[in-house]
Amino acid sequence: MNSTPDSSGGRPSIPPDMAFDPSRFGKFMMKHGHTGFIGMQYRGHGDNWVELGLPWREDLVGDPETGVLASGPIISLLDNATSMSVWALRGGFRPQVTLDLRVDYVRAATPGKMIVAWAECYQLKQSMAFVRGIAHDGDIADPVAHAAGIFIQVEADGWARPSKPDAPEGAGA
Amino acid sequence: MTLVSDRLPPYARAMGMRIEGLLDGSPLLVMDFSDRAMGRPGFLHGGAIAGMLEIAAIMALHAELGEEDARVRIKPVNISVEYLRGGVTVETFARGQVIRAGRRIANVRAEAWQADREKPLASCWMNFLLKPKT
Repeated sequence: MNSTPDSSGGRPSIPPDMAFDPSRFGKFMMKHGHTGFIGMQYRGHGDNWVELGLPWREDLVGDPETGVLASGPIISLLDNATSMSVWALRGGFRPQVTLDLRVDYVRAATPGKMIVAWAECYQLKQSMAFVRGIAHDGDIADPVAHAAGIFIQVEADGWARPSKPDAPEGAGA
Repeated sequence: MTLVSDRLPPYARAMGMRIEGLLDGSPLLVMDFSDRAMGRPGFLHGGAIAGMLEIAAIMALHAELGEEDARVRIKPVNISVEYLRGGVTVETFARGQVIRAGRRIANVRAEAWQADREKPLASCWMNFLLKPKT
C-alpha cells in the first residue's frame, strides 16, 4: 500500500508496540479529529481501565426540546474509553479495530452535566480484546449507559493512512 | 407536517449530516468527510459511524410514524453496531429501515456505506421506546 503523509490529516502515525501512556495519548488525541471536536477529555486510568469525560455542549444535543445529549457522542466516548482500556492492559500500543459495540441506554443523560465513561478490558486474547464500560453523569451507581464490545487486534500495515478508498475488511474505529 | 430534515438534531448538524431525499422509502442521510469525523489517521471514527447510523435510524422512524410522530417522544433503548470495513475520507451515506413500529417499541436497522452500497461500512439494530408527549 502506497501511503502518503498527506492522507494522515497532518498527524504523526503511531508506531506499533509503542509504550502506551493513556494520559499522554489522551492529551494528544483529544485535540484532534472526532475526539477533539466533541471535546473528549482524559480523566484517569489503571492497569486495565481508562476513564474519559465529555462535557455537555449545546451543539451535541440530540433532542432540542429536552437538551439531552445525542447518543452518538456517548457511543464515541465509550468506543474510545474501551479501546484505550485494551492498551492500558497490554501496557503498549497495538493497532486494533472495533468488531462490534453494543450500548444500552438505561436512562437519559442529565442536560448540562458532563458524561464520564469508565471502561475496562476484562479479557485480552491473541486476536481479540473483550471490553465493557459504563457511562454516567456524576454517580457511577446511577449509570446513563452500559457498553460491551470486542476489538480485533490487527497488523500495523494498512491500519492508518490509507492511500485508496478500499480499506481492509473488518475495520471500525 | 414538518419535513423529516427539520428533525435533524444539533449533533447531526454539527457533524455535517444532511438528508438528501428518500432511498427505497427511507430518508437518505449524507455526511461529507471532515476532520470532525476522523478517528485513526485516514479513517472515520467508529463513534462517528455509529452516530450516523443512529441518526439514520431515528430519521427512518420519524418518517415511518408520519402524523403520529408529533405525539410521541422517541427514546433510544439500545444499539448494537457491527463494523464491517474501515470508513475512509470520502462522503458517507446511511439509511435506516423500520422493521416494526408498535405502540410502545420500535425496532429499526440501519446501514452505512461509502462509494458502494453493496459494501457497507457498518450496520446496526436499534430499539426505541415510544412515549406519548405529556
